[in-house]
Amino acid sequence: MSLLEMTLDAPRLLEMQPLLRVNNLCKNYGGIRALENVSLHVYPGEVLGIVGESGSGKSTVLRLLNLEEPETSGTYQLEIPELLGQNLFELNRFQKRETRVHHIGIVYQNPHLGLRMHKSSSGNVAERLILAGEKRFAELRRAARESLQASEFPIARMDEPPIHLSGGMQQRVQLAKAIAMKPKLLLLDEPTTGLDVSVQALVLDTLKRLQFELEMTMILVSHDLGVIRTLADRVMVMRGGRVVESGLTDQVLEDPQHAYTQQLVHAKL
Amino acid sequence: MKLSELAFERQDYAYAFLDEFAKRELRRKILKAIAIPGYQVPYASREVPMARGWGTGGLQVSLALVGVNDTVKVIDQGDDDSVNAANLRRFIARMTGVKTTTDTLAASLIQSRHRIPEELLNERQVLVLQVPMPEILSSIEPSYARAREMHSDGDYALLWLGLYEDLVKYREVSYGADYPVLVNGRYVMAPSPIPRFDTPKLHQAAHLTLLSAGREKRLYAVPPYTDVYPLEFEDVPFQIEDQRGWRDASTGAAGKFMSEIPQDGGGSSYQLSDTGLKQKLERQMAGEEIEIGATYFDDDTNFYITGFLKGAS
Repeated sequence: MSLLEMTLDAPRLLEMQPLLRVNNLCKNYGGIRALENVSLHVYPGEVLGIVGESGSGKSTVLRLLNLEEPETSGTYQLEIPELLGQNLFELNRFQKRETRVHHIGIVYQNPHLGLRMHKSSSGNVAERLILAGEKRFAELRRAARESLQASEFPIARMDEPPIHLSGGMQQRVQLAKAIAMKPKLLLLDEPTTGLDVSVQALVLDTLKRLQFELEMTMILVSHDLGVIRTLADRVMVMRGGRVVESGLTDQVLEDPQHAYTQQLVHAKL
Repeated sequence: MKLSELAFERQDYAYAFLDEFAKRELRRKILKAIAIPGYQVPYASREVPMARGWGTGGLQVSLALVGVNDTVKVIDQGDDDSVNAANLRRFIARMTGVKTTTDTLAASLIQSRHRIPEELLNERQVLVLQVPMPEILSSIEPSYARAREMHSDGDYALLWLGLYEDLVKYREVSYGADYPVLVNGRYVMAPSPIPRFDTPKLHQAAHLTLLSAGREKRLYAVPPYTDVYPLEFEDVPFQIEDQRGWRDASTGAAGKFMSEIPQDGGGSSYQLSDTGLKQKLERQMAGEEIEIGATYFDDDTNFYITGFLKGAS
């Protein structure tokens, strides 16, 4: 291929289809409107940060994307061969579970939500493969070890229950569980909040490396602008269930346009 | 002619204790259970003069089924003479006038807790098992409503997580009893607390097995000649408890499920857990002509269906 042909390739983002398309997502809890017309497109291998204050609807977006709760209205599509053109909200509960197991990984802020605290750590990771139908014990062991190793968890402790582990290690177990099936989409709900700064830095390093190696698309929810700045390519600012601003991370954080974003960035500085 | 001559003689109780409506309901639920192997059918568990947990579920099924020509055997932990078994047997006999026996071959209706007899059951026999916890998913899903959803989805994967945890912790599966089994390729059921040793006996069995939980108000069935497979990993096959090297102290029988009897000085002696078989063997040794049926396991603990137990222990 000549140099000329290479330079004439269309820019990547023009050619690529977004991995995830969410259009006009709304969610009511009783009379409370938690999300109002949220739309987002995320491209393969991209990291989207969602920032906003508590109650702005960040975590609600993630719960809906993880198909944990029914939506009020809106569509959700993933660019994955067997799900093409399918609005994921319309799947039945069994198909939703299959999609969740095979294509979506999630890390919660609170490890109690994501892990079985009294089962072994390796069992927690293996659970994903078991749910996907793996019936060979040796294969489960191998996959659990591989995932835990990838998330830099000390392998010697792989059979200890998470309840005996430190907060940072619990997050690593959650991460290993989330990537066990090599999903296309990884959802992170405040993954490092509650960890001390040095451990936080190590976990962020691991995340960054994994994102690079597995070419995962990530959606990262955080109120910590430092974490967003480290990981996210693009950022979306939410307030009161609406998206108030979105754009490239550097652009939004250096030159915020919306009054609320300005406030947020300055509060952080 | 007087009215008293036309009317039936006054009776204190209906035949087989339960009223006709109760028996009819039970029979209909039993038919439904047979039609959907392994599926738990809810039923209206009646009061019987026995505490919940003492076999009231099994008793109600037995009472609904027992006819005047039946011969009833009741066992508890393999033993015909334990308190629970003796009580139930006497109650059924008093309420129906049927014959009772301790001989597995002579019985047409066998109610049991914790064991399936060692001798092969045939097409004419019905085995009723008493079940304390019918919901096999309760250990992984505390909500019964959710568990029923999982049954309807055939969503049993998490049971393998239990096996995984056992293998990691103990290097073997530690379920001593109530080992989960897949019935007819569809429903996973709790086979009541029979030991792992008895679990394979349900596979392609000639007899009808009915399982009933009185307190939990559920009954389910394994019809004759139905596939019943214990859950297992492909590379870690299901195993029965190893009984090799143990012999019954009085008859020398081997390869059957044994009860361990601690001896003075720290040793153990063993006796057949199936006391009906033990008595027959003893009478045979005393020179009596007595028919002893074929057994599920031979003296070397080989199962009668060759190749069914892959993990020869």
